[in-house]
Amino acid sequence: MAASLDVNGKTVSVEAEPDTPLLWVLRDELGLTGTKFGCGLAQCGACTVHVNGDPVRSCVTPIAALSGAKITTIEGLGGAHPLQQAWVRLDVPQCGYCQSGQIMSAAALLAATKSPSDEDIDAAMGGNICRCGAYQRIRAAIKEAATSAAAPVVAAPPVAKEAEVEAAVDEAISAASGATSRVQRGEVR
Amino acid sequence: MNAPLNRQGLSRREVVVGAVMVGGALTVGCSPADLMSAGSKVEVGAFGPFIRFEPDGFVTVISKHIEFGQGSHAGLAAIVAEELDADWTKVRVEQSPANAKLYGNGALGAQLTGGSSAISNSWEQLRKAGAGARAMFIEAAANRWNVPAGEVVVKDGVLTHASGKTAAFADLMADAAKVTPPENPPLKDPKSFTLIGTDRVRRKDAQAKSDGTARYTQDVRLPDMLTAMVAHAPRFGGKVESFDADAARKVAGVVDVFEIPTGVAVVARSTWAARLGREALQVRWDEAKAEKRGSAQIAAAFRDLATGKGPADQKWESFGAKGDAAQAAGGSDAFEAVYEFPYLAHATMEPMNCVAIVDGGSVRLVHGSQGQTLDQLNAAKIVGALPGSVEVETLFAGGSFGRRATFTSDYVAECVHVAKKVGGGKPVKLVWTREDDMRAGHYRPLVAHAVRVTLDKDGMPATWRHRIVSQSIMKDSPMPSKGVDQTAVEGAMDSPYLKATPVVDAQVAFPEVGVPVLWWRSVGATHTAFVMEHTIDQLARKAGKDPVEYRRALYAKAGADRHLAALDLAVEKAGPTASAGWTRGVAVHESFGSVVAQVAEVRLADGAPQVGRVVTAVDCGVAVSPDQIAAQMEGGTCYGLSAALYGEITLTDGAVDQSNFDTYRVLRIGEAPSVETNIVPSAAPPSGVGEPGTPVIAPAVANALLALSGQSTTRLPFVRSV
Repeated sequence: MAASLDVNGKTVSVEAEPDTPLLWVLRDELGLTGTKFGCGLAQCGACTVHVNGDPVRSCVTPIAALSGAKITTIEGLGGAHPLQQAWVRLDVPQCGYCQSGQIMSAAALLAATKSPSDEDIDAAMGGNICRCGAYQRIRAAIKEAATSAAAPVVAAPPVAKEAEVEAAVDEAISAASGATSRVQRGEVR
Repeated sequence: MNAPLNRQGLSRREVVVGAVMVGGALTVGCSPADLMSAGSKVEVGAFGPFIRFEPDGFVTVISKHIEFGQGSHAGLAAIVAEELDADWTKVRVEQSPANAKLYGNGALGAQLTGGSSAISNSWEQLRKAGAGARAMFIEAAANRWNVPAGEVVVKDGVLTHASGKTAAFADLMADAAKVTPPENPPLKDPKSFTLIGTDRVRRKDAQAKSDGTARYTQDVRLPDMLTAMVAHAPRFGGKVESFDADAARKVAGVVDVFEIPTGVAVVARSTWAARLGREALQVRWDEAKAEKRGSAQIAAAFRDLATGKGPADQKWESFGAKGDAAQAAGGSDAFEAVYEFPYLAHATMEPMNCVAIVDGGSVRLVHGSQGQTLDQLNAAKIVGALPGSVEVETLFAGGSFGRRATFTSDYVAECVHVAKKVGGGKPVKLVWTREDDMRAGHYRPLVAHAVRVTLDKDGMPATWRHRIVSQSIMKDSPMPSKGVDQTAVEGAMDSPYLKATPVVDAQVAFPEVGVPVLWWRSVGATHTAFVMEHTIDQLARKAGKDPVEYRRALYAKAGADRHLAALDLAVEKAGPTASAGWTRGVAVHESFGSVVAQVAEVRLADGAPQVGRVVTAVDCGVAVSPDQIAAQMEGGTCYGLSAALYGEITLTDGAVDQSNFDTYRVLRIGEAPSVETNIVPSAAPPSGVGEPGTPVIAPAVANALLALSGQSTTRLPFVRSV
């Protein structure tokens, strides 16, 4: 069936069942292959995208939960985001497969925390596995991006949607993905 | 696309392919490389197989090796750019097509990336390629300007003459292409290198790998492409008995369901449909010949063998014999230890996958191929074609650590079988889920070691008895090596400690187990480094000596100068005292021609080891790309630590217990150590860096725990989940 999604600032119509994970709609239907398949269980973070600015594992997030939500993928970050620049400056990637997810998690972290501590980084990035073990450089690049000249840290600005709609979306996502919703964290009522 | 081959041609080709597959190349009178590339349509440009000059001023370096994180593309391009005097900012890297003759690994014969050999086997080859092209440009410039060739200077991709004449590569490429390539162009004196060994050698793929545009197998999208998933038997060696595809066929998007040699394939229009289709599939498995032992049972059998309690008819092979073996079994007050290592999954971020396009006898593979020649041979065998005719487009791979090169091309062959059945040149992408990947075997073998050492009056090893029990990785090789399977004993066999011991009796046994095994980043060293390095610390303790001094004495005795230099550098850079609250452990190991020494700082947190600062020294010959060497030491250490802390594949009644990252725990960012890399200065040709950083951390941690608690570690992982 047809569904409407807001991806990287554009409204797109897709043919997919409501329970289809966002990951496969992004990759197979929309051709946005920067978001990766790693585990299918919200264990590795390779599929991380932003939903209303929050990092979400798209492999366990059904599109039914995303009506009205603003979705940002690695393609929406633009390529010259301060994190992406730091990633290139420090030669962070090795195989590179996890890096879209790493950067999306890091972008959400920097949007919320301007100067993250090591503990902040551990907490925000703990869901993103890098089997090449580029962790040391990931940490360094996040810190470098945090101290680099002020620049937009989220490509798609948070949307002024009705709070109720947002909260409902968050709840649906967290129910599906097992993540803590902003409602549960007390950030949104 | 080629028309299907006629019957006569097919049988001739089958003979050729068969000959290659059994290593019988010599019997038909041509070289293996000729046979393996037979049927190839790959063409070579005027500047040889490795370099192309572009009208936009860029130089394209053609890499015969896959880039799967290890930094090969940057290093290989730097070797060419150095000898060519190219402008590094105008160098691109392109993946070569598959052709064993043009792009074979000098160390391995076939086109294959492995053994940490990408840089070392290409070193002379690419220096000559770069220097040869440079000479062709100089001659072209000299002719055009009518000046002596010796007066033409090349720098940053620009040729100049004192008269003021100047030309870029792009201006002269047509002329230079007509010059006869020199056979033995003069190579630079390494002292005059301006790019190699500097931090200017950087990855060429960092931007694409940071903005989502880098293309992996998983990302391939082709017109009319179908996606396949395959239901596999729950136990190794199981086969399809029967299947009911009715429900699977009713899933929207499922196109076909059919049996292939490795299971039942569900072919669909999208990945999600293929997955739902497979979930709806009912398969009955014939497990009469399947491996039904649990890993605990296998481990117990291996331990029994290693300790002399196994069957008397077990065959043993020697990997070291010096002096009187009876002496190594005798003597009093011996140090004795039995070590056990579990099966390990590679668990690459990108689960195994492949794209194949088959039309009759024509095959095109698009995937992260680590062993192009193996993939060609195996695909050719399935469709009845010449191996060289199988086209391979090699993409980036989301990690491999050895997994993407198997003798059977397991998942590649599976994809070819599906694409052959689909036929008509329709692209098929085979997708394995994480669960498929983790349960597909090809693990680092489960291994047991039994070590018995007696010390002389000075506390140095006098006799050393060593038994290793492991499945053989190489037994399935189409070209088996003579003698003992090195992949099980490397690191012990060539250990300086055995060299320094007067009496040695070292043997290995290879029992048959139905679990497929494979090389796993640093291969034999994954266990031999642990056994040798942890044993040495225990021997030093027994002898009442400092472990660093003990090693120094052994290295002096064995003439292991590179070990000594690496150890000294790591110890010096670590400084005299550990960080407050941390305990140090040291380990040194040589693998793939490189020596790595580490001083690791460890503490216990909730009973589990935590690793902080890791001071590393590496001797890898000429350091082509210091920053990539550091990256490999950082990453290799994490990979080794991940396995040491948590890595363990277990089997219950033959079925794999783990399935995803929730049950196969891996290292996460909060557990990653801070690795400092120091490179031992060297003028020797470069040796490997992709693997040597992996095996040292586990014994370093074990040695720190020994110092901390007095307890030795005889079984990995440190943190056991089952």
